[in-house]
Amino acid sequence: MTMLKQTITIFVSIFLLAMPLLAMQPPTGAAQEGFVPIDQLPPSEQLPAAPLLITAYAFVWVLLMVYLWSIAKRLGKVETEIQSLQRRSAGSGR
Amino acid sequence: MFLRVALLVLKKDVAIEAKSFEIITTTLFFAASCILVFSFAFVKEGAPVQDAASGILWIAIAFSGTLALGRTFERERYGETLRALLLAPAPRPAIYVGKLLGMVFVMVTTEVLLVPMVALLFQAPLFSRPLLLVALLLAGTIGFASVGTLFAAMLVRARTRDIMLPILLYPVTVPVMIAGVQGTSALLMSTPDEALATMWIGIVTSFDVVFITFCLWLFEPLMTE
Amino acid sequence: MKGQYFLPLFALTTAMFAAAPFVIANAPYESTMLLVQKIFYFHVPSWFVMFSAIFISGIYSVIYLVKGDRKADQIAAAAAEIAVIFGVMGLVTGPLWGRKAWGVWWQWDAKLTMALLLEMIFLGYQLVRRYGGPGSDKMSAALAVFGMVNVPFVYWSVNIWRTVHPKTSVVPTLGPGMFGAFWFSVLSFMLLFSLLLTLRLRLERQRAVLDELYLAEEP
Repeated sequence: MTMLKQTITIFVSIFLLAMPLLAMQPPTGAAQEGFVPIDQLPPSEQLPAAPLLITAYAFVWVLLMVYLWSIAKRLGKVETEIQSLQRRSAGSGR
Repeated sequence: MFLRVALLVLKKDVAIEAKSFEIITTTLFFAASCILVFSFAFVKEGAPVQDAASGILWIAIAFSGTLALGRTFERERYGETLRALLLAPAPRPAIYVGKLLGMVFVMVTTEVLLVPMVALLFQAPLFSRPLLLVALLLAGTIGFASVGTLFAAMLVRARTRDIMLPILLYPVTVPVMIAGVQGTSALLMSTPDEALATMWIGIVTSFDVVFITFCLWLFEPLMTE
Repeated sequence: MKGQYFLPLFALTTAMFAAAPFVIANAPYESTMLLVQKIFYFHVPSWFVMFSAIFISGIYSVIYLVKGDRKADQIAAAAAEIAVIFGVMGLVTGPLWGRKAWGVWWQWDAKLTMALLLEMIFLGYQLVRRYGGPGSDKMSAALAVFGMVNVPFVYWSVNIWRTVHPKTSVVPTLGPGMFGAFWFSVLSFMLLFSLLLTLRLRLERQRAVLDELYLAEEP
C-alpha cells in the first residue's frame, strides 16, 4: 500500500520536473531564426501557434496528474475503510 | 413459436391501449405541441425557417418516442406485468420483439401526425418522394425504438429511470438521428437527391441490423438478476 | 498485471514521457501546419488509448453479461473511466489544434461528432454506475457494448463521409522523422494506459472487498 503511494509520488514528481523542460521547447523554434532551414516558413507564422501548443500539452499533463491523484485519494479512502472494518470484526471476536 | 409469442405480446399491448388510448393521445398531443414550440421558435421575418424542417421532424420523433417509451414501461412496472411476462415459458427475445413492435406502432402513428404538420408549418415539400420518406422514417423509427425498448426495459427497476432513459438513449441513437436528418434534407432539396437519400436509408438500415442484433442478444442477460 | 512488472513498466513509462518533449521537438515540421501540428503527437495517441479502453470495456462487458463474472465487470468499469479521461484529452487537444489548422474550434464532421458521442456514452456509463441503483452494473455493461459497437463507425466514417479531418491514411504516410516520434508517443501512451488501468482496477477490486466486508459484518 505504501509502495503504491511511493510510486505515485515518484511518478508525479518526475512529471513536474518534465514540465519546465517541455515549456522550454516552443521558443527554441523561433529563437533559432538563423538556423531555420530554407523549407520552413518564417517564424512569424509560428508564434500564434505556441500558446495553443503549450495549452494542449499542459492540459494533458495536468489532467493526468489530477486523475492519478484522484485514484490515489479514492484508493486511500477505501483502504482505510477496509482496515477499520477488519479491525472492528477482529475486535468483536468472531 | 417465436413470432407467435411476439404477436401475442403485441396483441396484449394493443388490447390494453385500445381501452383508454392513453399513450397514443398523450404522445400525439405532446408531438403536436413540440412542433408548435419549434414553429414559434424558428421564425425569421414572420415566416418559419425552412431548412430547419428535417431537424425539427426528427427531434420531435425522438422526444415523443422517449415519452412513449417511458409511459409504456411505466405501465408495465405499475402492473408488475413485466415479471409475469418473463416468467412465462416464452423465449425472451420474442417478448422483446413484441414490445418493439408495439413501440414502432405508437411511433409510426405519431409520425402520421407529425409529417403533415411539419410539411404545413414549415412549408417543407416532404411528400415529393413519399416512398423514400416512408422508408427513411420506418428505418429510423425501428433503429430508435430498438435501442429505446431495450434501455427502457432495463431501467424499469432503476430509481432514476425517468432522467436516465434520455441520458442513455440519445448518445447511442444519435447516429440514426443524423442519418435520418441528412436523408430528409436530401429529400427536401429543390430537386430531391434520391441517390443521397437512398444512401442514408442504407446507412440507417445497417445501424438497425446491428442494433437489433445486439438488443435481441442483450435482452435476456439484462432482464435477469 | 503481475506485481513484479509494475515498477519496471512504471519506470519505463516515466522515462519515455520525460524524453517525449525532446523527441517531439526534434521531429520535423509539417509543411502546412508547422508547430501546431505537433499537438498531433499527443492528440492521436490519446484517441488510440480511448479506443483501446472502449474496446476493453466493451469486450469485458460482454464477458460479464454472458458469464456473470464480477472480475470482468471490474475491468470494464476501470477501462470505461480511463476512456472518459483520454477522451477529454483528445477533445481538448483536437480543437486547440483545429483552431490554428482549420480556423474553427469545432466542426460537425463525422469523426468529431462520433468522438463526442462516444465520450457522452461513456460519461453516461459513469452516471449509470453511480445513480442507476440496483442492476446498474448490467445496465452500464449494455451501454459499453453499444459504445464499442460504435467505434468502427468512428474510424471508418471519415473515409465514407468526405470531411476536413485528416483521413486515417495519414498515419502510414508519415515521413521517417515524424514516424519515429509518433510511434514513440503511441508506445508511451499505451504503457501509460496499462499502468492507469492497473491502478484503477486495484481501486475497483478494493471496493469489491469493502462491499463483501460490509455484507459479512454481523448486524
